[in-house]
Amino acid sequence: MEIIAQRPKSLTDLQFTYCPGCTHGISHRLIAEAIEELGLRNNIMGVAPVGCSVFAYKFFNCDMAEAAHGRAPAVATGMKRARPDMHVFTYQGDGDLAAIGTAEFIHAANRGEKISIFFINNAIYGMTGGQMAPTTLPGMKTSTSPYGRDEKDIGYPIQACEIISSLKAPYFIERVSLLSPQDILKAKKVVNKAMLFNKENRGFTFVEFVSTCPTNWGLTPAKAQQWAKENMLKFFPIGNFRDKSMEGGE
Amino acid sequence: MRNKKLMQGNQAVAEAALIAGVKVCAGYPITPSTETIEILARKLPSYGGRFIQMEDELASIGTIIGASAAGKKAITATSGPGFSLMQELLGYAAMVELPIVIYNAQRVGPSTGGATKPQQGDIMQSKWGSHGESPRIVIYPSSVRECFDMTIEAFNLAEKYMVPVVLFSDEILAHMRESVELPEAGEIKIINRRKDAKPQNKYLPYDIDESEIPVLPPLGEGYRYNISGMIHAENGIPNLAPDVIEACITRINSKLDKYYDDIVRVEQIKNDKAKIAVLAYGVVTRPARGAIEKAKKNGIEVELIRPITLWPFPEREIGEVAERVDKIIVVEMNLGQVAIMVRASVEGKAEVIQFNKICSRSITVDEIYNKIKEHV
Ligand SMILES: Cc1ncc(C[n+]2csc(CCOP(=O)(O)OP(=O)(O)O)c2C)c(N)n1
Ligand code: SF4
Ligand SMILES: [Mg+2]
Repeated sequence: MEIIAQRPKSLTDLQFTYCPGCTHGISHRLIAEAIEELGLRNNIMGVAPVGCSVFAYKFFNCDMAEAAHGRAPAVATGMKRARPDMHVFTYQGDGDLAAIGTAEFIHAANRGEKISIFFINNAIYGMTGGQMAPTTLPGMKTSTSPYGRDEKDIGYPIQACEIISSLKAPYFIERVSLLSPQDILKAKKVVNKAMLFNKENRGFTFVEFVSTCPTNWGLTPAKAQQWAKENMLKFFPIGNFRDKSMEGGE
Repeated sequence: MRNKKLMQGNQAVAEAALIAGVKVCAGYPITPSTETIEILARKLPSYGGRFIQMEDELASIGTIIGASAAGKKAITATSGPGFSLMQELLGYAAMVELPIVIYNAQRVGPSTGGATKPQQGDIMQSKWGSHGESPRIVIYPSSVRECFDMTIEAFNLAEKYMVPVVLFSDEILAHMRESVELPEAGEIKIINRRKDAKPQNKYLPYDIDESEIPVLPPLGEGYRYNISGMIHAENGIPNLAPDVIEACITRINSKLDKYYDDIVRVEQIKNDKAKIAVLAYGVVTRPARGAIEKAKKNGIEVELIRPITLWPFPEREIGEVAERVDKIIVVEMNLGQVAIMVRASVEGKAEVIQFNKICSRSITVDEIYNKIKEHV
């Protein structure tokens, strides 16, 4: 029998333990495919966050570390500086990256660390059961914003790509969406690009995935995608924010 | 039956905080304490208060210290990883002598450990986790009703003695549901910090009367004083003269000494015939009581001593038990943190035997009973 589709070898055979319809599985697969297609499986190390993807080590078939909540970019910095011949990525949720780990994230970007950060923005704290995230949308009800996020009181959602776009060092910054098959195909190209720049040690690369958390949004997977298309993309427009490879002289 | 409710430890803490008069809760979600901030997020607005979700635990404790400096009662709720991050400012609160309450529902550590599993691993950290030496009061309930009562007590102690208070629970107590009969609001004693500051022209924040407890009017009322984490003189201004350093550190660390009897509480089942005592605290007190009952039925007389207050450590009460019994079995869900303190308290007058369980399963009546039997 001819095999026409299979899991990339950079993913283990384990079935994902994420909730049905959760986009963590899609972003895992896109990253794993890029690792495989660029031949990086034996010289890449990943750093998982604390969040639903604390279990990422089970699924990525490469050396993995789980950092304390928010500290992945610092741990990744140490790994890369100690082994410049290796390639390093982090995989982080919105609480991990844009709340508790804001300092590590911004400073890794500002130093131009030659690592990739993959940022899973699902506008909520998935693992702890649905609390407000720094990316929670105005008006959105969560268990810690029971009356809806009031942006006048607690601020607007944090736009990670926009923030680090004000820094000079980052090499590549792009926001993608996982909300339709077409978007996922586009996202695949972007992930491959970031990973290629990582392979070539060009500088700091950052990809934000506009994602869903059907469980804590209280929506079916299909409705979650629809809701995200209608609401998330307004605050988190997809597109490229920085690509130094297009700028000629770097 | 009046005011009877089925509730969780985390909920009891939140409900009591509202009654104690909390106006600010700042926190960052973390299992197994999150329900406390979720309830306060929902309820504080109707009590004229605010919940603010912060970006992490450093900011959470910073915010409640600021709220306390501005004169309001404030609480944060956390668990191990967050408690570790709070250590710097916990020392700061002790240094500037502002009352705050930190609720720590302990989970398995170290590090990320295990979010949904219990442990009693933060006992030493609650006293010594911050650099330098500074005071705090640490208390540990053993039931949902006690979670309620001791949240009120935590605020009363904090306000009375101008000191940070750590209120412990653990994953079992935090999530356990019990039917509790809550006191009526009128039956609950609420203590607020002193307001009898000297007139502004005579006022120095740390020029302290014989009570040893400073009077700190809310910042923002025009008293024009400064609080500082730096070693400070009576005027609150940083000063690194050796005599000021000595006076500052000595005073904050000894200010609770003369209130030992008011602060330190233990639960005891005394027994003149007993040659063995069991020491347990927090949720472990429950199987310890059962084991003592079972021993009695089987003709073995055993005492119980339970530190309700962990810091200041009840060394007098434990020392007194050691006068009567030959052996003290210290039962803990850690590798023996309170056992260290018990050894120091008994000064060789009784043998200290440890029973430690760290696998996260709760300690059972039979396990403690069997340990007692081994030592009869
Ligand atoms: C210091 C510390 N504080 C809090 C927590 C609890 N905690 C675990 S995961 C998490 C948030 C997860 O949300 P996010 O990063 O958005 O990831 P998701 O689960 O949504 O993918 C929090 C607050 C922790 N583990 N450590
Ligand atoms: S809780 Fe949300 S983010 Fe976590 S696995 Fe489930 S759907 Fe995904
Ligand atoms: Mg999230």
